[in-house]
Amino acid sequence: MIDLLGYGAFFLTTALIFSLVTLGLNLQWGLTGLFNVGLAGFVAIGAYTSALLTTPDDPARLGGLGLPILVGWLGAMVVGGLAAALTGIATLRLKSDYLAITTFGVAVVVQLVALNAQKLTGGPFGIGFIPRPFSGLAETPLLFNLSNLAVVSAVTLVVYLALQHLARSPWGRVLKALREDERAAVSLGKSARFYRVQAFAVGGAIMALAGALQAHFIGFIAPDNYLPILTFQVWVMLIVGGSGSNAGAVAGSVLVWAIWAGSGALTSVLFSPEQQARAAALQIVAIGVMLCVILLVRPTGLFGDRPRRPRLGKHARMAPSEGGSGS
Amino acid sequence: MSETARQNGAQTRAPVLTATNVTRRFGGLVAVNNVSLDVRPGEILGLIGPNGAGKTTMFDLLAGSILPTSGEIRLNGALVSGEAAHRRIGRGLGRTFQIPRPLPNLTLIENVMLAAQGQAGERLLANFVTPWRVAAEEKAAAKKAAELLDLVSLTHLAHEPARVLSGGQRKLLELARVMMADPAIILLDEPAAGVNATLLEVIIDRIRDINKSGITFLLIEHNIDMVTRLCHRVLVMASGELLCEGTAEEVARDPRVIEAYLGGAA
Repeated sequence: MIDLLGYGAFFLTTALIFSLVTLGLNLQWGLTGLFNVGLAGFVAIGAYTSALLTTPDDPARLGGLGLPILVGWLGAMVVGGLAAALTGIATLRLKSDYLAITTFGVAVVVQLVALNAQKLTGGPFGIGFIPRPFSGLAETPLLFNLSNLAVVSAVTLVVYLALQHLARSPWGRVLKALREDERAAVSLGKSARFYRVQAFAVGGAIMALAGALQAHFIGFIAPDNYLPILTFQVWVMLIVGGSGSNAGAVAGSVLVWAIWAGSGALTSVLFSPEQQARAAALQIVAIGVMLCVILLVRPTGLFGDRPRRPRLGKHARMAPSEGGSGS
Repeated sequence: MSETARQNGAQTRAPVLTATNVTRRFGGLVAVNNVSLDVRPGEILGLIGPNGAGKTTMFDLLAGSILPTSGEIRLNGALVSGEAAHRRIGRGLGRTFQIPRPLPNLTLIENVMLAAQGQAGERLLANFVTPWRVAAEEKAAAKKAAELLDLVSLTHLAHEPARVLSGGQRKLLELARVMMADPAIILLDEPAAGVNATLLEVIIDRIRDINKSGITFLLIEHNIDMVTRLCHRVLVMASGELLCEGTAEEVARDPRVIEAYLGGAA
């Protein structure tokens, strides 16, 4: 029972870290319509930044400043936000598929730098000994996992509430306007580039924070953690939860991660050890099938911006001269 | 003040908007060729011409959607030729579109509130640092937006998404939306296009009411009846050039205008 509780806490912590990345993507895509297919790059930037700031000194590589974990998280947000802003300034004149290709390229570059800049990132061996919050409780895994879950839950809640506040603010209204019709928004005095860069930067900072949280939760990072499959997972989470909804981003993350982790556990039970490497591909199949089902049954996702039915029916659609002002 | 007195006054005051020798080329095509015009304060100026005359390109140049190849555009005396489109509404120039562009998934009131200028809440950090100021401005903006929706007889749809509107209602929404920005001049691109006769009367009445409150209009329109009823002066464009200027009756009698519309068949 205690093991199950411990696993539950571990599972939820990972799912909530994913939900942070999905919240960042929802700001960029769901609210602003920016097609970011390179989010794994910003998660990686956050993870490496925090690791370099907080790990102990290591003569084999640069960094290792030994700063507090909180400084690492803040540093990750700043560097991730700046990287996203620079990417945004350079690329946000591009639309939809062109932006997607470019952001994908940015993620590949980040991953390749992580793989090859050994003096900075540890190369393929990654960075270990990343300080973990509540490491003193590591002897009692349940307490350790619950403590980490509490911290990650608190961070997720703060980010969620902040994004909800922004989505309902005039700032959020401008982002939605740019998503719906850029030319109309510009004619009303809104600078498309200015707001898009802001949305991209804030989303990138949130993704970087998620990367930093995960790095400190696991205690080790390597370039393989930031492959395009991460981007795929997070996009599925947002689509399943419902693009445009912060609650959907969190719910979709937990659900998809449950299916991902559950299908992984199932394959390890159903297949012999020598077949398990190939059977792991079934996880992607399971996610793909779920995505198809969701798109067929609920095209806007579980909590997506569903078209609202007019409350006033036919009478409301009549010309004002016929329908009256109603005032 | 009588209409005539108001127009006489307008002629003596500095123009709200001037274009001087404005040219716009697209590769080898000269869409607008050396056009000069001025829009006087308080007037409704019509811009007519056959299809392909360059009217909408001229509109886009004045609104900043495209920049001129050469020539000058001044708004209330300030040179704005090279300025981005989103800055012009802050200088008092609002525009509507030939095909209306409502934000379909935003409610009507949100559509109108979006056009409020200088809102603190449109700055990211202000939403956290000065939320009380943002809330107060939002309240005021919502009140003004509701009044404008009432002006265009769309109050009953205020909280519906804009996608439910008919074509004519979309034109009225655009008018309310641009009014939210307190413009000195509004560029209207074919407000009568695709609008039924009943709703057209509403649009004409609203334009007249708004004009009486001191707002200047530049109007592109093919509906000559509407132009005749609304416009104090009319400019005619053909083949990218300014052909002539006068009252609606004067330009309708001008042989060059007849030639431009009928292509020599008259």
